[in-house]
Amino acid sequence: MNLSRKHSVLPGFNLAMGFTLLYLSLIVLIPLSATFIKSASLGWGGFWQVITTPRVLASYKLTFSAALIGAGINTVFGLLIAWVLVRYEFFGKKVIDAIVDLPFALPTAVAGISLATIYSTKGWIGQLFVPLGIKIAYTPLGVVVALTFIGLPFVVRTVQPVLEEFEVELEEAAASLGATRLQTFSRVIFPTVWPALLTGFALAFARAVGEYGSVIFIAGNIPMVSEITPLLIITKLEQYDYAGATALASSMLIVSFVLLLTINLLQWWGQHRHAKR
Amino acid sequence: MSFAVAVAQSPHGQVNSRLANREPVWVRWTLITLALLFLTGFLVMPLAVVFSQAFSKGWSVYVSALIEPNALAAIRLTLLVAAITVPLNLVFGLSAAWSIAKFNFSGKSLLITLIDLPFSVSPVVSGLIYVLMFGLQGWFGGWLAEHDIKLIFAVPGIVMATIFVTFPFVARELIPLMQAQGTDEEEAAIVLGASGWQTFWRVTLPNIKWGLLYGVILSNARAMGEFGAVSVVSGHIRGLTNTIPLHVEILYNEYNSAAAFAVASLLALLALVTLALKSFLEWRLHSSVAEQE
Repeated sequence: MNLSRKHSVLPGFNLAMGFTLLYLSLIVLIPLSATFIKSASLGWGGFWQVITTPRVLASYKLTFSAALIGAGINTVFGLLIAWVLVRYEFFGKKVIDAIVDLPFALPTAVAGISLATIYSTKGWIGQLFVPLGIKIAYTPLGVVVALTFIGLPFVVRTVQPVLEEFEVELEEAAASLGATRLQTFSRVIFPTVWPALLTGFALAFARAVGEYGSVIFIAGNIPMVSEITPLLIITKLEQYDYAGATALASSMLIVSFVLLLTINLLQWWGQHRHAKR
Repeated sequence: MSFAVAVAQSPHGQVNSRLANREPVWVRWTLITLALLFLTGFLVMPLAVVFSQAFSKGWSVYVSALIEPNALAAIRLTLLVAAITVPLNLVFGLSAAWSIAKFNFSGKSLLITLIDLPFSVSPVVSGLIYVLMFGLQGWFGGWLAEHDIKLIFAVPGIVMATIFVTFPFVARELIPLMQAQGTDEEEAAIVLGASGWQTFWRVTLPNIKWGLLYGVILSNARAMGEFGAVSVVSGHIRGLTNTIPLHVEILYNEYNSAAAFAVASLLALLALVTLALKSFLEWRLHSSVAEQE
């Protein structure tokens, strides 16, 4: 990083930047690099062996597919909720708007035990599914429920401002040119919202992949069936298998970084599209 | 990760009255009902069940779960951890935002991305990285053991992991706010003879106070509620290294559901207070931005 700066009359750059870089390095950069260096000591073969055992592969499959489904559900309902909040008036709207952020504010352990209680076969919602022969808590379905909960605000909060800024004149133009409401939505509104929707999806997915607290209480945690990757890292740690835990952690970090890069590109794309208009 | 995006509210009240942009009434009410049903199942019920379970065995069980020594120790530890981590991240957020928003240098967007990094790391990995540094098997593990210093499975480890997961909150609130405000006011103060600190206290700080408070509130909520990262470094020693969320986990796994939810209700209350303050601050932020425009 080149820290040479243009001339400014304001003081304090060296102090503020020095502290920022020191703190960032001590708290984030050095510990994260330590993980990669440690897993490099396994060698490529050893690393590959750890992250491709059947139990690990099963956990990847569950973690990624449940995160994908959860983020997908959130994309549909997030758009719906954002639409309803921006376009319609109804009683209690302000409270609903505030409560959308609950998954950010409610500690994950609390979310985990309450979701497990509600979606168990005796719970408020779980019992409704018993006659259908569907068990939600303590199955992979429970993992999907927890990951849907945790990703809910992301889509709503990325789509909402785009819908708010949407120029209504465009809709009026479409309507006066004879478009039906559905055509206006799919050809005029949706193309504008689409980048934000995709960004929200990616944010929800990224959060869901690493989630731990809300999942472990509702998942049942059966190896090969309902065991997520972050839990497997903890299991390996508890067995003093530090090399295995580190290798798994590195593989998850790589996924996180790729997702972060994707999200930054998506956001850049969204702003770029907006700027062109 | 979009805590900040909800600030803008535009006046679209007049839109609904225009016929061309209106869905039929039955469509509108179907959409509203679907949205509310989804929110009830995923947000309202989880919140309600915390309190209904907490009081399921009566008031006295509720109170005794909260004043039991291990619960009190967990509450004390959680408050201590938040009292250390939030101010540290506040100072970091201010210095990062000052250097990023008030000065020009290359590599700025890389620095912003690096500050955001902890948000994309799994909580479990956030705890693990400190075990790999300071645990017995870690880089400094041998040296620390020789000098009889215990960081992991002890309070310092919990503090470090919490600093990591709450790292970006204040900085990411302040950077866009201070960038939007520019440097004119500070430059005027300096030219008129104010010192750097005077400028900061009297010009910059009053301008960013609501945004700063917003970041502090979010970072405090996460600091008090963090589970995954803390769980890895804590060692789960009752009365010593258990925070409130870890205490909830232990009670729940012992099938002591009423007590678990009683303690959890404290965290649910914290979440509700956080949401209320957050809405208030968004309103303040919005009106202070509107004033400046």
